[in-house]
Amino acid sequence: MSPTTTNGDTITKVSIIISKGSLEGIYPGLIMANGARAEGIEANLFFTFFGLDAVHKTRIEHIKVATVGNPAMHIPTLLGSLPGMSALATHMMTKKMDELDIPPIHEFIEMISDTGCGLYLCKASVDMFGLTKDDFIEQAQEIITVGDFYDIAAGGQIIFT
Amino acid sequence: MSTAVIAGVGVDLNEEGFFTDPNQWTREMAAEMAADDGIAELTPAHWTVIDFMRKEYFEKGTGPTVRVLGKTSGVTVKELYELFPKGPAKMAARISGIPKPKGCI
Repeated sequence: MSPTTTNGDTITKVSIIISKGSLEGIYPGLIMANGARAEGIEANLFFTFFGLDAVHKTRIEHIKVATVGNPAMHIPTLLGSLPGMSALATHMMTKKMDELDIPPIHEFIEMISDTGCGLYLCKASVDMFGLTKDDFIEQAQEIITVGDFYDIAAGGQIIFT
Repeated sequence: MSTAVIAGVGVDLNEEGFFTDPNQWTREMAAEMAADDGIAELTPAHWTVIDFMRKEYFEKGTGPTVRVLGKTSGVTVKELYELFPKGPAKMAARISGIPKPKGCI
């Protein structure tokens, strides 16, 4: 049985938008894109707004868990705001992920690129942050407009994260 | 679960077409299943992946993730997708006669 939508159609293509720059904001989209490719589903990733950090040459190495404004962290907001809290939570979470064989973001994106998944950057966001193509890792293929995105996503499902 | 005849032998498959008993699988069956999936010929690189997947399955109880395949099978992730275009989880595990790997990565 192939993956199917609620109306019984087979899912053959997904385009996943990553709009957040926190660890918990980036991983779900990456896992979904990688998993799609493993199932033989065509996949594209589109990085927009703070999601651009996931493919930014230097920021990619400093992605952190948000410890403030997240009730599911189960720590008081004031405690979460203390210096080092985000680094500590990130350290604990990445350690756990390593045990589960979930790769660090940079390695994961290289792997996803090797699976044949498309990786695109949002032009409006790149311009807004004053960045250029050189600011991004080599796996980021192209800076595209929202119109280009819809062309690329045509015929598939679109997932916003 | 259903029964199918592959390479002249009756085998048990689940609803997705994966072997329910990897011991029923033979190398002749792999070639026939690959041909059905559009792989005209299984090359030595295909066999590297198939043998690795079966070894991992029998050692660990589940097939390897794409990451493990890329790191330790001797075939890179890029090559893996060229060898099995319909995806390693789906296509390679099925042809290897093992259940679909359980990992999410």
